[in-house]
Amino acid sequence: MASIDIKNVRKDFGPVSVLKGVDLAIASGEFAVLVGPSGCGKSTLLRLIAGLEDASSGEIHIGGRRVDDLPPRDRDIAMVFQSYALYPHMNVRDNMGYSLRLKRTPQARIAEIVGRAGAKLGLEALGERKPRELSGGQRQRVAMGRAIVRNPKAFLFDEPLSNLDARMREQMRFEIRKLHRDLGATSVYVTHDQIEAMTMADRIVAMNAGIIQQVGTPLELYDDPANVFVAGFIGSPAMNFLTGEARRGETGVALSVGGKAFCTLPQAVAVPEDGRVTIGIRPERIRIGVGAGQAVEAAADLVETTGAASVVHVDLAGQAMKIFTTERLQLSQGQRIPLAIEAKDVCLFDPAGGGRLR
Amino acid sequence: MRGSPRVRLIKWSLHYGVLFLFVVAALFPLYWLVKISLTPNDSLYTHSIDLWPATISLEHYATVIGNSDFLLFFRNSIIVSGVTAIASTLLAAAAGYAFSRFVFRGRYWIVGVMLVTQMFPLVIVITPIFSIFGPLGLTNSLTGLIIIYTAFNIPFATFLMQSFFDGIPKELEEAAMIDGATRFKALLQIIAPLTLPGIAATMGFCFTGAWGEILFALLLNSAASTSTFPVGLLLYSTRATIEFGPMMAAGVLALLPVCIFFFLIQRYLVQGLTAGAVKG
Ligand SMILES: Nc1ncnc2c1ncn2[C@@H]1O[C@H](COP(=O)(O)OP(=O)(O)OP(=O)(O)O)[C@@H](O)[C@H]1O
Ligand SMILES: [Mg+2]
Repeated sequence: MASIDIKNVRKDFGPVSVLKGVDLAIASGEFAVLVGPSGCGKSTLLRLIAGLEDASSGEIHIGGRRVDDLPPRDRDIAMVFQSYALYPHMNVRDNMGYSLRLKRTPQARIAEIVGRAGAKLGLEALGERKPRELSGGQRQRVAMGRAIVRNPKAFLFDEPLSNLDARMREQMRFEIRKLHRDLGATSVYVTHDQIEAMTMADRIVAMNAGIIQQVGTPLELYDDPANVFVAGFIGSPAMNFLTGEARRGETGVALSVGGKAFCTLPQAVAVPEDGRVTIGIRPERIRIGVGAGQAVEAAADLVETTGAASVVHVDLAGQAMKIFTTERLQLSQGQRIPLAIEAKDVCLFDPAGGGRLR
Repeated sequence: MRGSPRVRLIKWSLHYGVLFLFVVAALFPLYWLVKISLTPNDSLYTHSIDLWPATISLEHYATVIGNSDFLLFFRNSIIVSGVTAIASTLLAAAAGYAFSRFVFRGRYWIVGVMLVTQMFPLVIVITPIFSIFGPLGLTNSLTGLIIIYTAFNIPFATFLMQSFFDGIPKELEEAAMIDGATRFKALLQIIAPLTLPGIAATMGFCFTGAWGEILFALLLNSAASTSTFPVGLLLYSTRATIEFGPMMAAGVLALLPVCIFFFLIQRYLVQGLTAGAVKG
């Protein structure tokens, strides 16, 4: 177990700047999830930690030791690849034991360690099989097994579940978490799936375009996003963004959308000169009907239901908005419905830079 | 898409008819070679053309093995082709791996130069090579032939090996390197076993190329002690006569090493060794 410290790391591929100065401290034993859209540099950051790629500048420390100049084999980390990267010509047992063999561990000891890891992952019966004779889920477990027999300082996962079907993914999510609870090893987990990030992380590192946008616990990111990117990326269905105006009044900041009153924030907020703001509100925080908070009227458009809950698409002064509700509603298109919006649920963003207005 | 039984029968017949014609056309010369090599001398020059001789005899084989330098030519050919195959494949594997995995300065130019070497006919370079090799003592020497063949095989063999390495996901080495291997160890223990089909194919290609080469073998080596078997075959064709029987018998014998070689490597030629490395 070890901490991982990344200090002002940049990575350029020729003229393309992929990581633009990343600072990140991951505590010993923490399960950190790197999340962001495709191409934002998550894998690149992970490969820098692993030593598969050299940073253009900056420092990487594992367990307090600077590792920039160490080859992957001397960094004492294990990695689970998205493609699993099992050795096709070796059976499951040899795949899992390869790192121990390289360390010249005695045969009997290897068998013992691999056996224990196999039992933990339910692979006992598969020891003799070659990777091509395994299902996707089993391959995934072997890849996990190969990592845990190492007993490394840290685990790195690069989208390990993205090749599995939805149900399998859910199960492995749970198993990886349990494994982490048992082993307590520092883990960096890369995904572009915000649900994986929310459910698995001790701390989420949200990245976009090579820059870390926000670091925090899942609920911190959910409730208190630092900018439009994080607000829109975390949460499903995604946060609603409306273009509106903010006007400072005596009782606080009055927000309006398309000229109609939307909500009044009691606290002082730094509003831009021209008063134009992006208003963010989560779909499940909007209540249909009359209740606490500002009353707003919208026109129903479409209802999508999953059985447990529904998403109601509405039109508010010409802007589309989604409402998440567990009530079963019968709404016809164009029907006027009253909505209740509470000031505490509203986030304001700067439409120019996307930063949060507080 | 199936069609009626009759249409299917016609398709089937066409399919196998074409295949049959192809196989016959490909194998007929071989068959003729074997036939003549087994025909006794006295019935060889009769006017009737038979598909199979009335009596068969091994007299030509006896002549070739007992009364000529053919065993020597054979030995020379096997040494030259074997060493060429191994040397070209090793060098091509190293170069192909570098092209497949690394970005380095000059890479583009090296590929370009290698392509250029493949563009002009070999005849052009024979004279310069002869005048370079003479003073170095590389004419009338098996080493000289090995150097030439290896050099000429390497560009194509390199591209061949590169394409095999390209087919192996680089995550495999990366996983091995994270598991504690050096790059060289990963190459040896993980990548090499998976490249065996490629190595076998490349070796086969280089071996047969060197085995049948005659231009350099004829022009660089004039002494019988360093002649290879294709040159030896020519000895049967003199200004006055062509001794078909022994020539064909020698030809049949010359096929054997190639057959044995391919028999040995054929199990590595099967594809699909990398199956299961990544998501199925
Ligand atoms: N070897 C390379 N050479 C040039 N550009 C590269 C290289 N590797 C990655 N990139 C670029 O760097 C950017 C980030 O790549 P990276 O693989 O880190 O993305 P990612 O966040 O992992 O995306 P995904 O979710 O799709 O895996 C991409 O735009 C990619 O094109
Ligand atoms: Mg990636």
